[in-house]
Amino acid sequence: MQKNKKFEVWTVLSIVLFLLFLLILVYPMFGILKQSLYDKEGALTFANFAKFFSKKYYTNTILNSFKVTIAVTLVSLLIGIPLSYFYSFYRLKGAKIIFVVSILCCMSAPFLGALSWIMLMGRNGIVTKFFLNVFHIRLGSIYGFKGILLVQALKYFPLVFIYMNGAFRNIDNTLIEASANMGCTGIRRFFKIILQLSMPTVLAASLMVFMRAFADFGTPMIIGEGYRTFPVEIYSQYLGENGRDYGFAAAISVIAIIITALVFFLQQWATGKFRFSINALHPVEKKPAKGIGGFLMHLYAYLLIFIGFAPNLYIVYLSFVNSDGAVFKNGYSFNNYKLAAKKLLVRSINNTLIQGFGALLIIIVFAVIVAYLVVRRSNPINHAIDTMAMLPYIMPGAVVGIALVMAFGSKPFALTGTMTIMILNLVVRRMPYTIRSATACLMQIHPSIEEAAISLGASKLKTFSRITVPMMSSGIISGAILSWVSIVTELSGSIILYNNKTITLTMSTYVQINRGNYGTACAFAAILTVVTILSLLVYIKVSGNEDDIRL
Amino acid sequence: MSVDIRISHALKKYGENIIIPDLSVNINPGEFFTLLGPSGCGKTTLLRMIAGFNSIEGGDFYFGDKRINDLDPSKRNIGMVFQNYAIFPHYTVRKNVEFGLKNRHLPKEQIKESTDKFLKLMQIDNLADRLPDRLSGGQQQRVALARALCISPDVLLMDEPLSNLDAKLRVEMRTVIKNIQHDVGITCVYVTHDQEEAMAVSDRIAVMNAGVIQHIGNPKSIYQRPANVFVATFIGRTNMLKGTLSVDGGKAKLRIGEYEAEMHTIAPEYLHTQEVQVSVRPEELLLNRDADAYGIKGTVQDAVFLGLNTHYFVKLDSGEDVEIIQESSIEETLGRGARISLTINTEKVNLFLADGSRNILTGVRNDLEA
Repeated sequence: MQKNKKFEVWTVLSIVLFLLFLLILVYPMFGILKQSLYDKEGALTFANFAKFFSKKYYTNTILNSFKVTIAVTLVSLLIGIPLSYFYSFYRLKGAKIIFVVSILCCMSAPFLGALSWIMLMGRNGIVTKFFLNVFHIRLGSIYGFKGILLVQALKYFPLVFIYMNGAFRNIDNTLIEASANMGCTGIRRFFKIILQLSMPTVLAASLMVFMRAFADFGTPMIIGEGYRTFPVEIYSQYLGENGRDYGFAAAISVIAIIITALVFFLQQWATGKFRFSINALHPVEKKPAKGIGGFLMHLYAYLLIFIGFAPNLYIVYLSFVNSDGAVFKNGYSFNNYKLAAKKLLVRSINNTLIQGFGALLIIIVFAVIVAYLVVRRSNPINHAIDTMAMLPYIMPGAVVGIALVMAFGSKPFALTGTMTIMILNLVVRRMPYTIRSATACLMQIHPSIEEAAISLGASKLKTFSRITVPMMSSGIISGAILSWVSIVTELSGSIILYNNKTITLTMSTYVQINRGNYGTACAFAAILTVVTILSLLVYIKVSGNEDDIRL
Repeated sequence: MSVDIRISHALKKYGENIIIPDLSVNINPGEFFTLLGPSGCGKTTLLRMIAGFNSIEGGDFYFGDKRINDLDPSKRNIGMVFQNYAIFPHYTVRKNVEFGLKNRHLPKEQIKESTDKFLKLMQIDNLADRLPDRLSGGQQQRVALARALCISPDVLLMDEPLSNLDAKLRVEMRTVIKNIQHDVGITCVYVTHDQEEAMAVSDRIAVMNAGVIQHIGNPKSIYQRPANVFVATFIGRTNMLKGTLSVDGGKAKLRIGEYEAEMHTIAPEYLHTQEVQVSVRPEELLLNRDADAYGIKGTVQDAVFLGLNTHYFVKLDSGEDVEIIQESSIEETLGRGARISLTINTEKVNLFLADGSRNILTGVRNDLEA
């Protein structure tokens, strides 16, 4: 009997991806582990870890990171959940504006918030000077813990907002009515019913905020000053003034991975405790926001998004203020842009486009294939591929950067300073998110549609390219635009890998800030902001249904 | 163009879990053949084995003289209609229908001609340029049918195609399906769990349970002379009673409690005294308001007046519950607690071996054994 054992194209792809992911995901991670455990002579040693845990100077960075990240997570929940509640349960005026602007807040480059708050309330900030000159009041310092908390909370509350919108939308109106029927209304109902039903989402949003804030390098670097956090420490150990110590940087990276992994599993465990399914047959009908309550809701929503986004606009404004690069002067000019042009502006833009689109293309192709393999060809190899692809999820950006240098910096690869390694970094960093959204997208497509195509005589490959991919395309495209924005604003991995040849817009902005050239930095930042805003407008146009955003 | 389908000793298992142990069936050319059974009985599994979406662990599948076991699903030349229609949402109605023709690389004019023909046949030619999300369920079903038929398949397979439609549309669409199958003359295998739907459309029905075909026959024979107790209870409503068959001098008598009736239709090989199971459909029980008349005695528990018919729910003195359907009469409907007596329409009633495995009357037509 002839057996159907044809060598399928998917089997080949499976094997190729498996090997490739081993190389670009697993191998660098083991490289870091190895680097942390072996000294220069190749002997096993725990000296690096011992050094870390023996000095308060180092262990404090973990404590600091935890303190500020937990604070950021809590504050984000505290300000994000009410906003989402008002947005989901009441008809706010200009609801769309609230939504778009809050997305803009969280999609802007990671350190732009820090830069703008320094321009506003830093030592020479406009607000600081205003209070000093007019009221003779010396405002407290914005630097350190407070600054990081302020900037990150304002950047990450939209994540909570977007996640919670999804959860609130899934609450069935009859549940609300039933609780009212049994005498539970108002604030009690919010805590007893609505918030409890949304608990899995609250946890998911918390994790998202925690992971991002914990791994954020730009904000604490710029506004943290003496307040040393983990990613900053990894970076300074790697490129530090006190000479490079790869082994020690690797050890800190390993500790960082272990911490984020623990937080990740803790969240998974906690979510499991709250698992229930609700079917919103009757979505909540939005009530009109009237009276004093309505006024306060509007005030809250608009004030919040104003505080969140106005600093970005202030930067754009500053970019047109006359300056010599470092110090702002009276009058307006394009000086900042002219100076920026001398500082690799064109090269930065070119590199940003090349790296962004290059990485995006690779990510999309990988994500679609992995999603197909996992959803339609479930087997152990494909699950291994999926698991490997999720590894970067628990790796802070700086760790990814260091891991890539250690893995591919020397022969036989010698990729340091090349465009390839920059793109590789972006692919590794962003792929888990795109794979998640592609997988979710494919799961919505019933297999019988593909079977229909096959029964109509289409080959498997044709079915995939003509039916499956086009059906996934709307989800893929909207996911891709969001990926594009985060690729363009990526800092923490690239900072370790970039050089003069491969510098990007984000990197240029950072370099200028670091050198104290705030005027030039504002010009770079303004361009970055415009790119972000334009991309998001395209996203909203393409995705149509703004409520289904996937970050 | 219509072919016969022959399946012999089909075996399906997932790991060690056997879904279909050993199934054989022959489907005639041009026939409307229905696989009917409760959910999980293996009917969809069998259909997907024919289509090629499920692997075949054993046995032979033939379309005409062509063995299709190892043929790729795209090469089997089947038209398939899915439960959820599986319309390509990013293609217009026309593009959906021509999809199969394009895969056959036919000349453009021929594609257009054939597409137009089937769009017209399914009365959706006015929707040709619409996208599927603007079609109703019934319209999507028509698109699915046109798409499946226009590749001139050897066989049309339908997997519960009407289950997503509302009751009224279901009745309308089953007429459409039956008529189009008849016009095109194609061999059709249809899966459903809805017995009324099966009766309405099928030339022959195979009743399945636990991966085994119980009875193959036309709707009338399956309803009136079911092969075993499973078929009797699955098709239509019935009352199962315990009885005794006694044979005396060539005359067979059925005894239920105190009641006795002569049976003329016992198959000769079963003509001996034995315990039997009696399947009496609600309309085969005749209700007598005179409680003292000869018959099975019982008490009315409930009566439901439904216009044409009145349903009585009666507890027999033996403790068994039965349902009776009577044409509504002008007299007062009997109330709860009323005493009645019942006789049986012996011509229609069915008798089975005590274990329920076999009908012991003459006139049972089961193609499974042919």
